[in-house]
Parts: sequence; C-alpha cells; structure tokens
Amino acid sequence: MNICDFLMSPAETARRIGPAQGIVLSSRVRLARNLRATAFPGWAKKPERIRAYELIRPTVEALPEMAACYSESMDNLPALDKQILVERHLVSREHAAKGAGSGLVLAKDERLCVMINEEDHLRIQVLLPGLQIRQAWSEIDGVDSRLEKKLDYAFSPKLGYLTACPTNLGTGIRVSAMLHLPGLVLAEQINPIIQAVNKLGLAVRGLYGEGTEALGNVFQVSNQMTLGEAEAEIVERLSKVVGQLIEHEENARQMLLEKKPKMVLNQIGRAYGIVANAHSISSKETLNLLSFMKLGSDLGMFPDLDRCLADELFIVTQPAHIQKEAAGKLDAEQRDVARADLLRDRLRAIKRPTVPPPRSGSALDKQAEA
Amino acid sequence: MLCCVCKQKEATVHLTQIDGEKMQKVDLCEDCAKEKGVNDPSSFSLADMLVGLGVSQETEESSGGAELRCPQCGFTQADFKKAGRLGCAQCYETFYEGLEALLKSMHKGTRHKGKTPVSQRGSQGLRERISGLQKKLDRAVADEDFEQAAQLRDELKAARTKLTEMAP
Repeated sequence: MNICDFLMSPAETARRIGPAQGIVLSSRVRLARNLRATAFPGWAKKPERIRAYELIRPTVEALPEMAACYSESMDNLPALDKQILVERHLVSREHAAKGAGSGLVLAKDERLCVMINEEDHLRIQVLLPGLQIRQAWSEIDGVDSRLEKKLDYAFSPKLGYLTACPTNLGTGIRVSAMLHLPGLVLAEQINPIIQAVNKLGLAVRGLYGEGTEALGNVFQVSNQMTLGEAEAEIVERLSKVVGQLIEHEENARQMLLEKKPKMVLNQIGRAYGIVANAHSISSKETLNLLSFMKLGSDLGMFPDLDRCLADELFIVTQPAHIQKEAAGKLDAEQRDVARADLLRDRLRAIKRPTVPPPRSGSALDKQAEA
Repeated sequence: MLCCVCKQKEATVHLTQIDGEKMQKVDLCEDCAKEKGVNDPSSFSLADMLVGLGVSQETEESSGGAELRCPQCGFTQADFKKAGRLGCAQCYETFYEGLEALLKSMHKGTRHKGKTPVSQRGSQGLRERISGLQKKLDRAVADEDFEQAAQLRDELKAARTKLTEMAP
C-alpha cells in the first residue's frame, strides 16, 4: 500500500489539536524493549534478526490498538516513503535507513507506532498532539503490558529493561515534548533557558531529535536518564518543566510586544513577505519563516490565516512531501522552486499582517494539561 | 570516595571531560592516575577508559587472561568500544564490572526503579532476599559463627525451593 494513502493528509494532521497547541506541537513517549534470548538488532546476524522480526510483528499487529494498521518491512518501503515517515516524526532517521529484518507497525489513528529492530527489538512510541505527556505515558504503559504477556522481555530486577545502548537501560523510556519557542529565541532568552533545562538532567534537541538543528524555532525537550528513577517521576518532572517553558514563552511574547513591538512586527512582516512571494526557497528557510508566520497567527496578526494552515505548511514544505506532491524525484533546486510555488499558492488569500492592538488578546491556548 | 579503577584507595584526582554533548566524570587514586597518564592529558581519554570498558579490560590483560567474551552472543569488549552498544541481554552480566562506572556517570542511580513485567514481579523480592541471605551466610562462615550459618543455610534453602516452585 502506498504510505500516503494510509497516512492522514497533512491538513488532517494539522487539524489534530491538543492542549496548549500554540506552543506544544506534540508529546511523545517511547519505550525500548528487547527479547531475552536474541542478540540485539545491531549485533544479530541477518537470519536471527529476521526471526525476531517475524516473531514480534504478528504480536504487535494483534494489539487492539492496531486493529487497523499499516505493517511493512523496511526493505519494501521506497526511500521517499521512508522519508515521509521521518518528516511526520513516525520513524527515526536511523530506522529509515534499515532494510530487511526491520519493520514498522503503525496504527490508523497514528497515535501508536512500533519500530521493530531499530536499535532495540522494539521501539514502541505514542505520539499525541499538544501537551499530553501523562496521557501518552498511560497509553503506552497499557500497550507495553499487553505485549509483555506474549513476548519474553529481557529484564533484570537490578537493571530493569535491558537495552542495546546503556543510555536507555532501566525503564527504557524517553519522554519528550516538541515546543515552538519563537518568543524565547527573539528575546534572546533561549540559551540560558536551555542551559537551565540541561541542569535538570533533560536534553534539548532540534526538530528531528538527536544531533539535529533547532529549525523553525522548534525544540525537543526529553529526559536523558532512564535508570534509578521510575517512569511516573520522569513523566512528572518533564511535564513540570514543559509547563514552565510554556509560561516563559508566553511571558517572552508579551514582553516583546510591549518593549520591542517593531522588532517583532518586522520579523513577522518580512517572513510573510518572503514566504508568500518567493519563487525559490529552501526547506530550512521555509521552516524558519513559517515559525514567524505561526507566531503572527498566535498573536492575531493574520485574521484570515487559520493556524492549522501554518502547521500544515510546516509538513508539506519538507523535502519528501514536496517530491511526493510532484510525483517524482526532484533535485534540490527543483524542490526549492516547487516549494515556493506551493507556498505562494496556499498563501494567496492571506492578507498582510495587521498590527495587533495594544494588549492584544493573543490567540494563545493557555489551557494546561488536564 | 574510592578510586574507580582499583576500588581500594581513596580517590584524590577528580576529572571531568566534556566530549561533544557528553560529560564524563572519573575519580582516581594517585597511583592509578599516574598509571593512566593523567598527568599528560593529551594521552588520556576518559572516553577510551570508560566507554571502552578500559577498566576491566586492563585488569583482564594484566592478569594474562583471554579477552572477556559474552557466552551467549560472542560479543567482546573491543566490540563495545567500537559500537557503544552491547550485543545481547546477557552482555550486561558478562561486562557488568566495567559498565558500572559508566552507568553511574550517565544515570540517576544504578538500580532499576520502575515498571516490572508481571511475570517478574513475584520472584523479584525473593531473588533479592536470596542474594541478601547468601551474603549473610558467607559472612557468618567467615566469622566462624556456625550456629548462625546453619540457620541462614536453612532459610536460604527454603527460599530457593520457593523460587523454583514459582518458575513456570
């Protein structure tokens, strides 16, 4: 099956909204699990890896959450489809590079995705829109409890769940939230904040996880330590920190509007000018400018720009999505032209940003996680 | 604080090395520091020493033994040094000694606190009790407290029988 026939359209994805969506793009929890009697995927020989895949795959497909699912071996996926999955944050870049003996099982609602034979035999992930860290943990906990009845997990009472890399040992949990923080970036407060978050034992990374740039003012905050602390404690600590980051971002936006309104308006106005009028634009520049469009929309400066449209454009302007749309492989230069065409077309009806009235009611979603 | 290499003498040399995003800490006694060439920072790499399981590797080499190899999957310390990943679940037992310092440096603790599969829940407490009893028994024997030892031996036997019964 063509992966794009299975996946939600970018427009639908953008319309999935969660609490605090203005700042928290998504919440994710992933668990690393392994089989007791089989070598880890990176060390197992191909036949052993395939055996493990064939054992795990039907077990995962049998989960009630996977009643309608997309299940495929990585060697059957065209490179472009794999890249689409990476751009949707459903599989890691590492997993996209895998071939025979690795696979993925993805639920129809895209909340649950299991990578088989990535770095560990199982990488179970629950990805939810907005701030729903606790909800994500409770969902994945249930899935994991159902799987442990069928699969003999590698577990030691002293060291917990045994993982290929010692950094995931113990709970095997990685809890993360994807945050859009243009206010803190413009207010030049982002670096001290990242350092403060690091001091709490949490990592701050870019849009695509480990070793990636913070494009589009998007930052991923996640726990680093997995041993010596229970899942619930990790989830609580991260929720608390994310709550504080939301507050800092809101304050920064408010402060900028009061103290440096021209600087903010200039950024947003220029972003609009380029994104809506360019004839060639890179994905990096697009993400960075769309971030300011989104900020403008959050601040009520684009009355006719649905915030979902900005989110949708975030997805559809990425390289694999552009090529999928063009139904063919494009080189970087052709992609930049196709991307600019798409942006001009989609933003045709959007009028120039208006100056928000003083103490504007921002469209920010201040609703905290229930 | 004891030296993390010889685990005998007091550590007086404390090092922190930042390599990219990772921070590693190591505490050494003066003799081990000299042996590792800590006075000559250019020749010393914490990463080699810790991530490469250098600690136990050196012990192994100096004792003239063959390189440690996981009995289940054939993984060696050299493989870990290269990949930074282990070979299989059993490796954690095989290489535990060299890993302990690494785990200490990267995690909040070295003991799992968190979810336990249901199948493991009943036996976990029992296993811990058994290892505790065994330690007490060894101590009693060493102290030649045979009355105590006999009592511990009986308790240990009962606990072991119970564990065997629980196993599927």
